[in-house]
Amino acid sequence: MDGETYREEPLMSGAVAMQWSGAGDSAARFETKAATREAPLVKWLIIGLSLSFFAVFLLMPLVAVLVEALRKGWETYLTALLDPDALSAVKLTLIAAVIAVPLNLVFGVAAAWAIAKFEFRGKHFLITLIDLPFSVSPVIAGLIYVLVFGAQGWLGPWLYEHDIRIIFAVPGIVLATVFVTFPFVARELIPLMEAQGKEEEEAAVVLGANGWQTFWHVTLPNIKWGLMYGVILTNARAMGEFGAVSVVSGHIRGETNTLPLHVEILYNEYQFAAAFAVASLLAMLALVTLGLKTWVEHRAAAAHNENQDGTS
Amino acid sequence: MNAPARSFRVLPGFRLTLGYTLAYLSLIVLVPLAAVFLKTFTLTFDQFWAVVTAPRVVASYKLSFGMSLLAAAINAVFGLMLAWALVRYRFPGKKLIDALVDLPFALPTAVAGIALTALYAKNGWIGQLLEPLGIQVAFKPLGVLVALVFIGLPFVVRTVQPILEDLDTELEEAAASLGAVRWQIFRHVILPVLLPALLTGFALAFARAVGEYGSVIFIAGNIPMVSEITPLMIITKLEQYDYTGATAIAVVMLMFSFTLLLVINGLQAWTAKRTGRNR
Repeated sequence: MDGETYREEPLMSGAVAMQWSGAGDSAARFETKAATREAPLVKWLIIGLSLSFFAVFLLMPLVAVLVEALRKGWETYLTALLDPDALSAVKLTLIAAVIAVPLNLVFGVAAAWAIAKFEFRGKHFLITLIDLPFSVSPVIAGLIYVLVFGAQGWLGPWLYEHDIRIIFAVPGIVLATVFVTFPFVARELIPLMEAQGKEEEEAAVVLGANGWQTFWHVTLPNIKWGLMYGVILTNARAMGEFGAVSVVSGHIRGETNTLPLHVEILYNEYQFAAAFAVASLLAMLALVTLGLKTWVEHRAAAAHNENQDGTS
Repeated sequence: MNAPARSFRVLPGFRLTLGYTLAYLSLIVLVPLAAVFLKTFTLTFDQFWAVVTAPRVVASYKLSFGMSLLAAAINAVFGLMLAWALVRYRFPGKKLIDALVDLPFALPTAVAGIALTALYAKNGWIGQLLEPLGIQVAFKPLGVLVALVFIGLPFVVRTVQPILEDLDTELEEAAASLGAVRWQIFRHVILPVLLPALLTGFALAFARAVGEYGSVIFIAGNIPMVSEITPLMIITKLEQYDYTGATAIAVVMLMFSFTLLLVINGLQAWTAKRTGRNR
Protein backbone atom coordinates (compact mmCIF):
# COMPACT_ATOMS: atom_id res chain seq x y z
CA MET A 1 0.00 0.00 0.00
CA ASP A 2 1.18 3.52 -0.56
CA GLY A 3 2.90 5.32 2.25
CA GLU A 4 0.59 8.30 2.00
CA THR A 5 -2.45 6.39 3.19
CA TYR A 6 -4.14 8.57 5.71
CA ARG A 7 -6.21 7.31 8.57
CA GLU A 8 -7.12 8.58 11.91
CA GLU A 9 -7.04 6.88 15.27
CA PRO A 10 -10.45 6.07 16.64
CA LEU A 11 -11.94 8.30 19.25
CA MET A 12 -13.00 7.73 22.77
CA SER A 13 -16.64 7.17 22.23
CA GLY A 14 -17.94 8.41 19.01
CA ALA A 15 -16.72 8.25 15.57
CA VAL A 16 -14.08 6.12 14.18
CA ALA A 17 -11.60 6.27 11.41
CA MET A 18 -12.12 8.16 8.30
CA GLN A 19 -10.43 5.87 5.85
CA TRP A 20 -9.25 7.00 2.54
CA SER A 21 -6.94 4.36 1.38
CA GLY A 22 -7.31 3.06 -2.15
CA ALA A 23 -10.89 2.13 -2.84
CA GLY A 24 -9.93 -1.40 -3.96
CA ASP A 25 -10.51 -4.56 -1.95
CA SER A 26 -7.42 -5.34 0.09
CA ALA A 27 -8.40 -9.00 0.41
CA ALA A 28 -7.06 -9.84 -3.05
CA ARG A 29 -3.57 -9.01 -1.83
CA PHE A 30 -3.76 -11.71 0.83
CA GLU A 31 -5.95 -14.30 -0.84
CA THR A 32 -3.81 -14.75 -3.94
CA LYS A 33 -0.69 -15.91 -2.12
CA ALA A 34 -0.31 -19.28 -0.42
CA ALA A 35 1.80 -17.78 2.36
CA THR A 36 -0.87 -15.29 3.45
CA ARG A 37 -4.04 -17.32 3.31
CA GLU A 38 -5.57 -19.91 5.57
CA ALA A 39 -6.92 -23.33 4.78
CA PRO A 40 -10.48 -23.03 3.41
CA LEU A 41 -11.90 -24.68 6.52
CA VAL A 42 -10.22 -22.11 8.79
CA LYS A 43 -11.23 -19.28 6.51
CA TRP A 44 -14.90 -20.23 6.49
CA LEU A 45 -14.82 -20.91 10.22
CA ILE A 46 -13.56 -17.37 10.85
CA ILE A 47 -16.08 -15.87 8.44
CA GLY A 48 -18.89 -17.97 9.91
CA LEU A 49 -18.09 -17.14 13.54
CA SER A 50 -17.52 -13.44 13.04
CA LEU A 51 -20.61 -13.01 10.87
CA SER A 52 -22.78 -14.92 13.35
CA PHE A 53 -21.50 -12.63 16.09
CA PHE A 54 -22.24 -9.64 13.88
CA ALA A 55 -25.74 -10.91 13.09
CA VAL A 56 -26.68 -11.65 16.70
CA PHE A 57 -25.25 -8.52 18.30
CA LEU A 58 -25.65 -5.84 15.61
CA LEU A 59 -28.12 -6.92 12.98
CA MET A 60 -30.83 -8.45 15.15
CA PRO A 61 -31.36 -5.37 17.36
CA LEU A 62 -31.78 -3.26 14.23
CA VAL A 63 -34.28 -5.67 12.68
CA ALA A 64 -36.09 -6.00 16.02
CA VAL A 65 -36.73 -2.24 16.14
CA LEU A 66 -38.36 -2.25 12.70
CA VAL A 67 -40.40 -5.41 13.32
CA GLU A 68 -41.63 -4.31 16.75
CA ALA A 69 -42.55 -0.90 15.37
CA LEU A 70 -44.94 -2.44 12.85
CA ARG A 71 -46.22 -5.24 15.08
CA LYS A 72 -49.58 -3.52 15.63
CA GLY A 73 -49.86 -2.36 12.03
CA TRP A 74 -49.38 0.85 10.09
CA GLU A 75 -52.23 2.64 11.77
CA THR A 76 -50.76 2.37 15.25
CA TYR A 77 -47.38 3.23 13.78
CA LEU A 78 -48.58 6.46 12.20
CA THR A 79 -50.69 7.40 15.23
CA ALA A 80 -47.60 7.12 17.42
CA LEU A 81 -45.56 9.31 15.08
CA LEU A 82 -48.26 11.95 14.61
CA ASP A 83 -49.03 12.22 18.30
CA PRO A 84 -48.55 15.88 19.36
CA ASP A 85 -46.02 14.88 22.04
CA ALA A 86 -44.02 12.95 19.44
CA LEU A 87 -44.08 15.91 17.07
CA SER A 88 -42.92 18.29 19.78
CA ALA A 89 -40.12 15.81 20.58
CA VAL A 90 -39.10 15.86 16.91
CA LYS A 91 -39.07 19.64 17.04
CA LEU A 92 -36.92 19.81 20.17
CA THR A 93 -34.49 17.22 18.78
CA LEU A 94 -34.13 19.30 15.62
CA ILE A 95 -33.63 22.50 17.64
CA ALA A 96 -30.87 20.90 19.72
CA ALA A 97 -29.09 19.63 16.60
CA VAL A 98 -29.52 22.89 14.68
CA ILE A 99 -27.80 24.79 17.51
CA ALA A 100 -25.18 22.23 18.53
CA VAL A 101 -23.90 21.34 15.05
CA PRO A 102 -22.95 24.88 13.85
CA LEU A 103 -21.45 25.78 17.26
CA ASN A 104 -19.18 22.75 17.26
CA LEU A 105 -18.46 23.17 13.56
CA VAL A 106 -17.11 26.69 14.06
CA PHE A 107 -15.18 25.55 17.10
CA GLY A 108 -13.77 22.56 15.24
CA VAL A 109 -12.50 24.69 12.35
CA ALA A 110 -10.99 27.30 14.69
CA ALA A 111 -9.29 24.67 16.86
CA ALA A 112 -7.94 22.79 13.85
CA TRP A 113 -6.61 26.01 12.30
CA ALA A 114 -4.75 26.98 15.48
CA ILE A 115 -3.44 23.47 16.15
CA ALA A 116 -2.59 22.30 12.64
CA LYS A 117 -1.16 25.50 11.17
CA PHE A 118 0.87 26.85 14.10
CA GLU A 119 3.41 25.61 16.61
CA PHE A 120 2.90 26.37 20.28
CA ARG A 121 3.64 24.85 23.65
CA GLY A 122 1.01 22.61 25.22
CA LYS A 123 -0.46 21.58 21.90
CA HIS A 124 -0.80 17.91 22.78
CA PHE A 125 -2.30 18.78 26.12
CA LEU A 126 -4.84 20.97 24.34
CA ILE A 127 -5.79 18.07 22.04
CA THR A 128 -6.28 15.84 25.07
CA LEU A 129 -8.53 18.46 26.66
CA ILE A 130 -10.61 18.69 23.48
CA ASP A 131 -11.07 14.90 23.66
CA LEU A 132 -12.25 15.01 27.27
CA PRO A 133 -16.01 14.97 26.55
CA PHE A 134 -15.58 11.58 24.88
CA SER A 135 -14.15 10.03 28.02
CA VAL A 136 -16.80 11.40 30.35
CA SER A 137 -19.93 9.35 31.01
CA PRO A 138 -23.01 11.02 29.47
CA VAL A 139 -24.64 11.04 32.89
CA ILE A 140 -21.76 13.15 34.24
CA ALA A 141 -22.07 15.43 31.20
CA GLY A 142 -25.59 16.21 32.35
CA LEU A 143 -24.62 16.44 36.00
CA ILE A 144 -22.00 19.17 35.48
CA TYR A 145 -24.61 21.56 34.06
CA VAL A 146 -26.98 20.79 36.93
CA LEU A 147 -24.16 21.77 39.31
CA VAL A 148 -23.62 25.07 37.49
CA PHE A 149 -27.14 26.11 36.50
CA GLY A 150 -29.43 23.99 38.72
CA ALA A 151 -31.51 25.37 41.59
CA GLN A 152 -28.70 24.51 44.05
CA GLY A 153 -25.93 25.30 41.56
CA TRP A 154 -23.46 28.17 41.32
CA LEU A 155 -25.67 30.37 39.20
CA GLY A 156 -28.97 28.90 40.42
CA PRO A 157 -30.07 31.69 42.76
CA TRP A 158 -29.13 34.44 40.26
CA LEU A 159 -30.98 32.68 37.44
CA TYR A 160 -34.00 32.20 39.67
CA GLU A 161 -34.07 35.90 40.52
CA HIS A 162 -34.00 36.82 36.86
CA ASP A 163 -36.54 34.14 35.97
CA ILE A 164 -34.20 32.35 33.57
CA ARG A 165 -34.60 28.58 33.31
CA ILE A 166 -31.75 26.47 31.98
CA ILE A 167 -32.01 23.14 33.76
CA PHE A 168 -35.27 21.24 33.09
CA ALA A 169 -35.69 23.53 30.09
CA VAL A 170 -34.56 23.78 26.48
CA PRO A 171 -31.22 25.62 27.08
CA GLY A 172 -30.01 22.80 29.35
CA ILE A 173 -30.81 20.23 26.69
CA VAL A 174 -28.92 22.25 24.09
CA LEU A 175 -25.90 22.65 26.41
CA ALA A 176 -25.75 18.93 27.20
CA THR A 177 -25.98 18.19 23.48
CA VAL A 178 -23.17 20.62 22.71
CA PHE A 179 -21.00 18.95 25.36
CA VAL A 180 -21.39 15.36 24.14
CA THR A 181 -20.78 16.35 20.49
CA PHE A 182 -17.98 18.78 21.32
CA PRO A 183 -14.90 16.99 19.86
CA PHE A 184 -16.29 15.39 16.67
CA VAL A 185 -15.47 18.07 14.07
CA ALA A 186 -12.20 19.15 15.71
CA ARG A 187 -11.02 15.54 16.03
CA GLU A 188 -11.75 14.94 12.35
CA LEU A 189 -10.07 18.11 11.08
CA ILE A 190 -6.91 18.32 13.21
CA PRO A 191 -5.10 15.28 11.75
CA LEU A 192 -6.41 16.05 8.28
CA MET A 193 -5.12 19.64 8.29
CA GLU A 194 -1.85 18.57 9.93
CA ALA A 195 -1.30 16.05 7.13
CA GLN A 196 -1.93 18.71 4.51
CA GLY A 197 0.67 21.10 5.90
CA LYS A 198 0.53 24.84 5.37
CA GLU A 199 2.50 25.47 2.19
CA GLU A 200 -0.58 26.10 0.06
CA GLU A 201 -1.99 28.61 2.54
CA GLU A 202 1.36 30.37 2.90
CA ALA A 203 1.64 30.66 -0.87
CA ALA A 204 -1.82 32.24 -1.01
CA VAL A 205 -0.95 34.77 1.70
CA VAL A 206 2.35 35.65 0.05
CA LEU A 207 0.46 36.23 -3.19
CA GLY A 208 -1.71 38.76 -1.39
CA ALA A 209 -4.79 36.87 -0.22
CA ASN A 210 -6.15 37.85 3.17
CA GLY A 211 -6.84 35.29 5.90
CA TRP A 212 -10.49 34.82 5.06
CA GLN A 213 -9.84 34.42 1.31
CA THR A 214 -7.07 31.93 2.06
CA PHE A 215 -9.36 29.86 4.24
CA TRP A 216 -12.29 30.02 1.85
CA HIS A 217 -10.46 29.31 -1.41
CA VAL A 218 -7.47 27.22 -0.31
CA THR A 219 -8.17 25.42 2.97
CA LEU A 220 -11.89 24.73 2.70
CA PRO A 221 -11.76 22.84 -0.61
CA ASN A 222 -9.05 20.62 0.92
CA ILE A 223 -10.98 19.80 4.07
CA LYS A 224 -14.55 19.74 2.82
CA TRP A 225 -14.99 15.95 3.03
CA GLY A 226 -13.49 15.76 6.49
CA LEU A 227 -15.71 18.64 7.52
CA MET A 228 -18.80 16.93 6.18
CA TYR A 229 -17.80 13.71 7.91
CA GLY A 230 -17.50 15.52 11.22
CA VAL A 231 -20.86 17.23 10.73
CA ILE A 232 -22.61 13.91 9.96
CA LEU A 233 -21.23 12.33 13.14
CA THR A 234 -22.02 15.41 15.24
CA ASN A 235 -25.57 15.47 13.96
CA ALA A 236 -26.16 11.76 14.60
CA ARG A 237 -24.96 12.01 18.17
CA ALA A 238 -26.83 15.29 18.76
CA MET A 239 -30.14 13.78 17.68
CA GLY A 240 -29.58 10.49 19.48
CA GLU A 241 -28.09 11.55 22.81
CA PHE A 242 -29.91 10.07 25.76
CA GLY A 243 -28.00 9.99 29.05
CA ALA A 244 -26.79 13.58 29.24
CA VAL A 245 -30.05 15.02 28.01
CA SER A 246 -32.04 12.80 30.36
CA VAL A 247 -30.30 14.34 33.40
CA VAL A 248 -31.05 17.96 32.46
CA SER A 249 -34.44 17.52 30.82
CA GLY A 250 -36.88 16.95 33.66
CA HIS A 251 -38.96 14.87 31.22
CA ILE A 252 -41.78 17.36 30.75
CA ARG A 253 -43.98 16.01 27.97
CA GLY A 254 -44.47 18.27 25.01
CA GLU A 255 -41.89 20.68 26.43
CA THR A 256 -38.52 19.18 27.29
CA ASN A 257 -38.71 15.78 25.62
CA THR A 258 -36.38 14.90 22.80
CA LEU A 259 -37.02 11.86 20.62
CA PRO A 260 -34.84 9.45 22.64
CA LEU A 261 -36.50 10.62 25.86
CA HIS A 262 -39.93 10.21 24.29
CA VAL A 263 -38.99 6.61 23.44
CA GLU A 264 -38.10 6.03 27.09
CA ILE A 265 -41.36 7.49 28.40
CA LEU A 266 -43.50 5.45 26.03
CA TYR A 267 -41.53 2.30 26.84
CA ASN A 268 -41.85 2.81 30.58
CA GLU A 269 -45.61 3.25 30.13
CA TYR A 270 -45.71 -0.14 28.37
CA GLN A 271 -46.74 1.47 25.08
CA PHE A 272 -44.27 -0.79 23.32
CA ALA A 273 -45.59 -0.41 19.77
CA ALA A 274 -45.51 3.38 20.05
CA ALA A 275 -42.05 3.34 21.67
CA PHE A 276 -40.67 1.22 18.85
CA ALA A 277 -42.43 3.34 16.24
CA VAL A 278 -40.63 6.45 17.48
CA ALA A 279 -37.44 4.39 17.90
CA SER A 280 -37.71 3.31 14.25
CA LEU A 281 -37.43 6.97 13.23
CA LEU A 282 -34.13 7.15 15.08
CA ALA A 283 -33.02 3.82 13.63
CA MET A 284 -33.66 5.15 10.14
CA LEU A 285 -31.67 8.25 11.03
CA ALA A 286 -28.82 5.92 12.03
CA LEU A 287 -29.01 4.09 8.69
CA VAL A 288 -29.02 7.35 6.75
CA THR A 289 -26.01 8.45 8.82
CA LEU A 290 -24.11 5.26 7.98
CA GLY A 291 -25.03 5.59 4.31
CA LEU A 292 -23.86 9.21 4.13
CA LYS A 293 -20.70 8.34 6.03
CA THR A 294 -19.83 5.57 3.59
CA TRP A 295 -20.54 7.89 0.66
CA VAL A 296 -18.30 10.63 2.09
CA GLU A 297 -15.53 8.10 2.68
CA HIS A 298 -15.72 7.08 -0.98
CA ARG A 299 -15.68 10.66 -2.22
CA ALA A 300 -12.79 11.51 0.10
CA ALA A 301 -10.83 8.48 -1.08
CA ALA A 302 -11.46 9.44 -4.71
CA ALA A 303 -10.42 13.06 -4.09
CA HIS A 304 -7.34 11.89 -2.22
CA ASN A 305 -6.25 9.51 -4.96
CA GLU A 306 -6.83 12.19 -7.59
CA ASN A 307 -4.55 14.51 -5.63
CA GLN A 308 -1.91 11.81 -5.41
CA ASP A 309 -2.01 11.30 -9.15
CA GLY A 310 -1.85 15.03 -9.79
CA THR A 311 1.22 15.58 -7.66
CA SER A 312 3.28 12.52 -8.52
CA MET B 1 0.00 29.02 26.22
CA ASN B 2 1.87 31.69 24.30
CA ALA B 3 3.57 30.78 21.09
CA PRO B 4 7.30 31.22 21.03
CA ALA B 5 8.08 34.54 19.40
CA ARG B 6 11.07 33.10 17.54
CA SER B 7 9.49 32.69 14.11
CA PHE B 8 7.60 35.12 12.00
CA ARG B 9 4.25 33.63 11.15
CA VAL B 10 3.01 34.03 7.61
CA LEU B 11 -0.51 32.76 8.21
CA PRO B 12 -2.96 35.01 10.01
CA GLY B 13 -5.54 34.12 12.63
CA PHE B 14 -3.44 32.38 15.28
CA ARG B 15 -4.52 34.58 18.18
CA LEU B 16 -8.12 34.65 17.06
CA THR B 17 -8.54 30.91 16.57
CA LEU B 18 -6.53 29.83 19.61
CA GLY B 19 -8.29 32.42 21.76
CA TYR B 20 -11.68 31.26 20.58
CA THR B 21 -10.72 27.61 21.08
CA LEU B 22 -9.58 28.19 24.65
CA ALA B 23 -12.59 30.35 25.54
CA TYR B 24 -15.13 27.91 24.11
CA LEU B 25 -13.35 24.91 25.63
CA SER B 26 -13.33 26.56 29.06
CA LEU B 27 -16.94 27.63 28.87
CA ILE B 28 -18.42 24.35 27.68
CA VAL B 29 -16.06 21.76 29.16
CA LEU B 30 -13.48 22.91 31.69
CA VAL B 31 -15.46 25.21 33.98
CA PRO B 32 -18.49 22.89 34.28
CA LEU B 33 -16.18 19.90 34.89
CA ALA B 34 -14.37 21.88 37.58
CA ALA B 35 -17.76 22.31 39.27
CA VAL B 36 -17.78 18.57 40.01
CA PHE B 37 -14.50 18.75 41.89
CA LEU B 38 -15.35 21.98 43.72
CA LYS B 39 -18.69 20.57 44.79
CA THR B 40 -16.97 17.54 46.33
CA PHE B 41 -14.83 19.84 48.48
CA THR B 42 -17.97 20.77 50.42
CA LEU B 43 -17.74 17.25 51.84
CA THR B 44 -15.19 16.20 54.43
CA PHE B 45 -13.06 13.26 53.40
CA ASP B 46 -14.93 10.93 55.75
CA GLN B 47 -18.27 11.96 54.28
CA PHE B 48 -16.92 11.52 50.76
CA TRP B 49 -15.52 8.10 51.62
CA ALA B 50 -18.81 7.02 53.22
CA VAL B 51 -20.73 7.90 50.04
CA VAL B 52 -18.37 6.26 47.57
CA THR B 53 -17.92 3.07 49.60
CA ALA B 54 -21.59 2.52 50.52
CA PRO B 55 -22.43 -1.16 49.89
CA ARG B 56 -24.92 -0.40 47.11
CA VAL B 57 -22.39 1.82 45.34
CA VAL B 58 -19.61 -0.74 45.72
CA ALA B 59 -21.92 -3.39 44.25
CA SER B 60 -22.45 -1.07 41.26
CA TYR B 61 -18.66 -0.69 40.75
CA LYS B 62 -18.26 -4.46 40.74
CA LEU B 63 -21.02 -4.85 38.17
CA SER B 64 -19.95 -1.91 35.97
CA PHE B 65 -16.23 -2.69 35.96
CA GLY B 66 -16.61 -6.46 35.86
CA MET B 67 -19.08 -6.52 33.01
CA SER B 68 -17.18 -3.81 31.11
CA LEU B 69 -13.96 -5.82 31.31
CA LEU B 70 -15.73 -8.97 30.21
CA ALA B 71 -17.50 -7.19 27.34
CA ALA B 72 -14.25 -5.60 26.17
CA ALA B 73 -12.54 -9.03 26.27
CA ILE B 74 -15.35 -10.62 24.22
CA ASN B 75 -15.12 -7.74 21.76
CA ALA B 76 -11.35 -8.09 21.52
CA VAL B 77 -11.75 -11.71 20.38
CA PHE B 78 -14.70 -11.30 18.02
CA GLY B 79 -13.69 -7.81 16.90
CA LEU B 80 -10.29 -9.13 15.82
CA MET B 81 -11.99 -12.00 14.01
CA LEU B 82 -14.42 -9.68 12.24
CA ALA B 83 -11.66 -7.24 11.28
CA TRP B 84 -9.62 -10.16 9.98
CA ALA B 85 -12.51 -11.43 7.86
CA LEU B 86 -13.21 -7.93 6.50
CA VAL B 87 -9.57 -7.30 5.55
CA ARG B 88 -8.37 -10.71 4.38
CA TYR B 89 -11.33 -12.47 2.79
CA ARG B 90 -13.77 -11.81 0.01
CA PHE B 91 -17.35 -12.84 0.67
CA PRO B 92 -20.79 -11.62 -0.41
CA GLY B 93 -22.22 -8.63 1.45
CA LYS B 94 -18.84 -7.55 2.75
CA LYS B 95 -19.20 -3.84 1.93
CA LEU B 96 -22.59 -3.68 3.64
CA ILE B 97 -21.29 -5.41 6.75
CA ASP B 98 -18.27 -3.12 6.84
CA ALA B 99 -20.58 -0.09 6.82
CA LEU B 100 -22.91 -1.57 9.46
CA VAL B 101 -20.09 -2.23 11.94
CA ASP B 102 -20.46 1.41 13.01
CA LEU B 103 -24.14 0.92 13.85
CA PRO B 104 -23.58 1.13 17.64
CA PHE B 105 -22.10 4.62 17.11
CA ALA B 106 -24.98 5.76 14.94
CA LEU B 107 -27.92 4.12 16.68
CA PRO B 108 -29.13 6.16 19.67
CA THR B 109 -28.40 4.25 22.87
CA ALA B 110 -32.02 4.31 24.06
CA VAL B 111 -33.10 2.60 20.83
CA ALA B 112 -30.41 -0.04 21.25
CA GLY B 113 -31.53 -0.50 24.84
CA ILE B 114 -35.18 -1.23 24.12
CA ALA B 115 -34.31 -3.36 21.07
CA LEU B 116 -31.95 -5.57 23.10
CA THR B 117 -34.53 -5.86 25.87
CA ALA B 118 -37.17 -6.98 23.36
CA LEU B 119 -34.77 -9.58 21.91
CA TYR B 120 -33.66 -11.05 25.23
CA ALA B 121 -36.93 -10.88 27.19
CA LYS B 122 -38.52 -14.28 27.93
CA ASN B 123 -40.74 -14.06 24.86
CA GLY B 124 -38.13 -12.38 22.66
CA TRP B 125 -36.47 -13.95 19.62
CA ILE B 126 -33.30 -14.85 21.51
CA GLY B 127 -34.76 -14.94 25.02
CA GLN B 128 -37.17 -17.78 24.20
CA LEU B 129 -34.31 -19.90 22.89
CA LEU B 130 -32.29 -19.36 26.06
CA GLU B 131 -35.21 -19.79 28.46
CA PRO B 132 -35.37 -23.63 28.18
CA LEU B 133 -31.64 -23.74 28.88
CA GLY B 134 -32.24 -21.91 32.13
CA ILE B 135 -30.38 -18.81 30.95
CA GLN B 136 -32.02 -15.49 31.69
CA VAL B 137 -30.49 -12.40 30.16
CA ALA B 138 -32.95 -9.52 30.39
CA PHE B 139 -33.21 -7.86 33.81
CA LYS B 140 -30.15 -9.79 35.04
CA PRO B 141 -26.43 -8.86 35.16
CA LEU B 142 -26.03 -10.86 31.95
CA GLY B 143 -28.25 -8.26 30.23
CA VAL B 144 -25.73 -5.56 31.14
CA LEU B 145 -23.03 -7.64 29.47
CA VAL B 146 -25.04 -8.03 26.26
CA ALA B 147 -25.63 -4.26 26.00
CA LEU B 148 -21.94 -3.50 26.64
CA VAL B 149 -20.84 -5.99 23.99
CA PHE B 150 -23.17 -4.25 21.53
CA ILE B 151 -21.76 -0.77 22.11
CA GLY B 152 -18.09 -1.83 22.30
CA LEU B 153 -17.66 -3.89 19.13
CA PRO B 154 -16.80 -1.08 16.64
CA PHE B 155 -13.96 0.19 18.84
CA VAL B 156 -11.97 -3.02 18.42
CA VAL B 157 -12.83 -3.55 14.74
CA ARG B 158 -11.97 0.02 13.76
CA THR B 159 -8.64 0.12 15.63
CA VAL B 160 -7.42 -3.24 14.39
CA GLN B 161 -8.71 -3.03 10.80
CA PRO B 162 -6.34 -0.30 9.47
CA ILE B 163 -3.29 -2.00 11.01
CA LEU B 164 -4.26 -5.30 9.40
CA GLU B 165 -4.72 -3.58 6.05
CA ASP B 166 -1.27 -2.02 6.24
CA LEU B 167 0.52 -5.27 7.07
CA ASP B 168 3.22 -6.18 4.61
CA THR B 169 2.93 -9.66 3.21
CA GLU B 170 6.71 -10.12 2.98
CA LEU B 171 7.17 -11.05 6.63
CA GLU B 172 4.52 -13.74 6.41
CA GLU B 173 6.00 -15.05 3.19
CA ALA B 174 9.45 -15.15 4.76
CA ALA B 175 8.11 -17.01 7.79
CA ALA B 176 6.27 -19.47 5.54
CA SER B 177 9.37 -20.09 3.44
CA LEU B 178 11.27 -20.86 6.64
CA GLY B 179 8.75 -23.56 7.38
CA ALA B 180 6.42 -21.88 9.88
CA VAL B 181 2.85 -23.14 9.81
CA ARG B 182 -0.04 -20.70 9.57
CA TRP B 183 -0.81 -20.67 13.29
CA GLN B 184 2.82 -20.01 14.17
CA ILE B 185 2.91 -17.14 11.68
CA PHE B 186 -0.18 -15.63 13.26
CA ARG B 187 1.08 -16.13 16.79
CA HIS B 188 4.68 -14.95 16.29
CA VAL B 189 4.59 -12.62 13.28
CA ILE B 190 1.15 -11.01 12.99
CA LEU B 191 -0.06 -10.84 16.59
CA PRO B 192 2.96 -8.89 17.93
CA VAL B 193 2.31 -6.16 15.35
CA LEU B 194 -1.42 -6.11 16.11
CA LEU B 195 -1.11 -6.24 19.88
CA PRO B 196 -0.87 -2.50 20.66
CA ALA B 197 -3.86 -1.75 18.43
CA LEU B 198 -5.82 -4.63 19.89
CA LEU B 199 -5.11 -3.39 23.42
CA THR B 200 -6.10 0.15 22.38
CA GLY B 201 -9.39 -1.15 21.01
CA PHE B 202 -9.92 -3.14 24.19
CA ALA B 203 -9.23 -0.08 26.36
CA LEU B 204 -11.51 2.15 24.27
CA ALA B 205 -14.33 -0.38 24.48
CA PHE B 206 -13.75 -0.75 28.21
CA ALA B 207 -13.74 3.03 28.81
CA ARG B 208 -16.94 3.48 26.83
CA ALA B 209 -18.63 0.57 28.60
CA VAL B 210 -17.94 1.89 32.10
CA GLY B 211 -19.68 5.19 31.36
CA GLU B 212 -22.49 3.77 29.21
CA TYR B 213 -26.01 4.48 30.35
CA GLY B 214 -28.74 4.48 27.69
CA SER B 215 -28.33 1.03 26.20
CA VAL B 216 -27.91 -0.62 29.61
CA ILE B 217 -30.68 0.68 31.85
CA PHE B 218 -33.55 -0.87 29.89
CA ILE B 219 -32.14 -4.40 29.85
CA ALA B 220 -30.49 -4.33 33.29
CA GLY B 221 -33.63 -4.36 35.40
CA ASN B 222 -31.83 -2.04 37.85
CA ILE B 223 -32.21 -4.20 40.96
CA PRO B 224 -30.25 -2.70 43.91
CA MET B 225 -27.11 -4.67 44.80
CA VAL B 226 -27.64 -6.92 41.74
CA SER B 227 -27.97 -5.11 38.44
CA GLU B 228 -27.42 -1.40 39.08
CA ILE B 229 -24.59 0.19 37.07
CA THR B 230 -22.55 3.09 38.51
CA PRO B 231 -23.93 5.81 36.17
CA LEU B 232 -27.40 4.80 37.37
CA MET B 233 -26.30 5.40 40.98
CA ILE B 234 -25.57 9.01 39.99
CA ILE B 235 -29.05 9.34 38.48
CA THR B 236 -30.63 7.76 41.57
CA LYS B 237 -28.87 10.23 43.88
CA LEU B 238 -29.92 13.13 41.65
CA GLU B 239 -33.54 12.01 41.74
CA GLN B 240 -33.33 12.12 45.55
CA TYR B 241 -31.90 15.66 45.28
CA ASP B 242 -28.67 14.33 46.83
CA TYR B 243 -26.39 16.48 44.67
CA THR B 244 -23.26 16.04 46.78
CA GLY B 245 -23.72 12.26 46.79
CA ALA B 246 -24.14 12.19 43.02
CA THR B 247 -21.07 14.40 42.64
CA ALA B 248 -18.91 12.23 44.87
CA ILE B 249 -19.62 9.15 42.73
CA ALA B 250 -19.04 11.23 39.61
CA VAL B 251 -15.57 12.18 40.91
CA VAL B 252 -14.68 8.51 41.34
CA MET B 253 -15.80 7.79 37.78
CA LEU B 254 -13.97 10.83 36.38
CA MET B 255 -10.70 9.89 38.07
CA PHE B 256 -11.02 6.45 36.55
CA SER B 257 -11.83 7.85 33.08
CA PHE B 258 -8.90 10.27 33.14
CA THR B 259 -6.50 7.49 34.17
CA LEU B 260 -7.80 5.32 31.35
CA LEU B 261 -7.44 8.23 28.93
CA LEU B 262 -3.74 8.44 29.81
CA VAL B 263 -3.36 4.69 29.34
CA ILE B 264 -5.05 4.92 25.93
CA ASN B 265 -2.80 7.80 24.86
CA GLY B 266 0.19 5.67 25.84
CA LEU B 267 -1.15 2.68 23.93
CA GLN B 268 -1.69 4.79 20.82
CA ALA B 269 1.87 6.06 20.99
CA TRP B 270 2.99 2.42 21.25
CA THR B 271 0.86 1.48 18.23
CA ALA B 272 2.47 4.28 16.24
CA LYS B 273 5.93 3.10 17.28
CA ARG B 274 5.22 -0.56 16.51
CA THR B 275 3.78 0.07 13.09
CA GLY B 276 5.53 3.24 11.98
CA ARG B 277 2.20 4.98 11.53
CA ASN B 278 2.00 8.51 12.81
CA ARG B 279 -1.12 9.47 14.76
